[in-house]
Amino acid sequence: MSLIEKTALEIRELQNNGSVTAEEIAKQFLSQVKTHDGQIKAFLHIDPENILDQAKKIDEKRKQGKALGALAGIPVAIKDVLCCRGVPTTCGSKMLQNFVPPYDAFVIDRLKKADAILFGKTNMDEFAMGSSTENSAYFTTRNPWDTTRIPGGSSGGSAAAVAACEAPLALGTDTGGSIRQPAGLCGIVGIKPTYGRVSRFGLIAFASSLDQVGPFTHDVADAALLMEVISGHDAKDSTCVNVPVPSYLAQLDQPIKNLTIGVAKEFFGEGLDSEVESSIRSALKVYQSMGATIKEISLPHSKYSVAVYYLVATAEASSNLARYDGMHYGHRTAQKKDLISAYSNSRGEGFGKEVQRRIMLGSYALSSGYKDAYYLKALKVRRLIKNDFDKAFADCDVILGPTSPTAAFKIGEKADNPLAMYLSDIYTISCNLAGIAGMSIPCGFTKGGLPIGLQILAAPFEEEKMLRVARMFEKQTEYHQRRPKL
Amino acid sequence: MDIRDIRKVARLARLEMSEAELETMTRQLTSILNYVDQLQELDTSNVEPLAHPLPLQNVFRPDVPGESLSVEEALRNAPVRAGQFFAVPAVLDPADDLSH
Repeated sequence: MSLIEKTALEIRELQNNGSVTAEEIAKQFLSQVKTHDGQIKAFLHIDPENILDQAKKIDEKRKQGKALGALAGIPVAIKDVLCCRGVPTTCGSKMLQNFVPPYDAFVIDRLKKADAILFGKTNMDEFAMGSSTENSAYFTTRNPWDTTRIPGGSSGGSAAAVAACEAPLALGTDTGGSIRQPAGLCGIVGIKPTYGRVSRFGLIAFASSLDQVGPFTHDVADAALLMEVISGHDAKDSTCVNVPVPSYLAQLDQPIKNLTIGVAKEFFGEGLDSEVESSIRSALKVYQSMGATIKEISLPHSKYSVAVYYLVATAEASSNLARYDGMHYGHRTAQKKDLISAYSNSRGEGFGKEVQRRIMLGSYALSSGYKDAYYLKALKVRRLIKNDFDKAFADCDVILGPTSPTAAFKIGEKADNPLAMYLSDIYTISCNLAGIAGMSIPCGFTKGGLPIGLQILAAPFEEEKMLRVARMFEKQTEYHQRRPKL
Repeated sequence: MDIRDIRKVARLARLEMSEAELETMTRQLTSILNYVDQLQELDTSNVEPLAHPLPLQNVFRPDVPGESLSVEEALRNAPVRAGQFFAVPAVLDPADDLSH
């Protein structure tokens, strides 16, 4: 029986009723990786022997009648920004080419406790800075629906791994859209949880007030399952909020009664591809047919979100990435001069172009004489963006719109134009600035066969409602069941 | 913004760049800064800056000693080590020019 196209919950059921073992599951996904990852290039590091060992241990545990976790025997691919003890963690950078973390990220610890199979580290834009994986120091991942196109980014490797059925589940991180955008472009489900819902401990920091870890899955039920495993309080992250984690699966199939959907006119403006727009409009009709009310709303400051983001995120990055000085870990230059040159050469050699560009922009925005005009101004507009959402959520349950303005673009198309690349995140960024919850689900395909993502935004800690709204659409459609022909 | 500003920021950020890289950086950052200048059209005189999405103050926990990394584990990723220590270029060597 072929398992690779199945969801994690289906695979779990087959395991529970004795139809398959964890070892068989691992072998099938490893075989899919072996056959197709040469073309897709989702993985930076994968250790088949270790994966089979993990699987055998789960089978042994089951045989002995021991209690098993929620993800027992299920492979989960991990974005290479998350520290795994004893496993290379490069962050897509030459700077950390030889870095092997001595500890596990909180979410990795949770996966282990849930008996999941840690299934390799996935490619990403260097330090999560990018929208295509073209900024990876190693290689560019391909979109499984069209290998001449990008899979999105920065978590492009995780998205491509799930879309290409190389793993049923994956983890990514989202600072300005880095889960939702690749999920949309690869035709799968991706969630950016509320800021503070999931611990950032062991997540290599890019922009600390924006970063969150979240799932990639084939469907909404699997996303609910993985959210239950990774959510929760962690004393090691002081920004991880101690609010109870509801069972996201328990009420998942219950539709939201009297659902009111906000549609922001700002998400349907210039730059939105007409095929994407008509797909989103059709999705709204599906909700209307289920009795939902569509309410036109306005997020008047959302047009400033890219500008705010590229000041706030780069300012935080310039500070976070100051730790890479080539002294305690990471790349150290072979040039032997004074200490300052040792820092500058190590950083100049270890960081790629986009990372250097963002460190420069952030350092400039924070430098004496410019801080008020740039950084502080951006923080004030950030407040206005958050206020827009607070006002909108007073009148509606969720906000729906496109995840990205276009379907997946060609490799190389935007590589030399940083600003054009930044604008591909125009609909996802405001969610991170405001700290609210967001997700992308598949809602259609272009005539050329490329997936289109529907973005669902919800108020802080309303993941349960957001997932139920997503599930309502999924039950009426079949887009989430399609798999690319590799 | 001109190449002198960029050279200064590169020095502050400890990034070694060639002249050609500094020129490209000047061009690209100028274009990005022109784009972000649209923020200036908003009147934000009565707006409190928002540095963080959560209304967090200090978060405290009990001061209980826990497990730490062993010296071996802590040194495992060191680019250069000397016995039980990280080896780094001389910090206070009088021959070094640390004025810049």
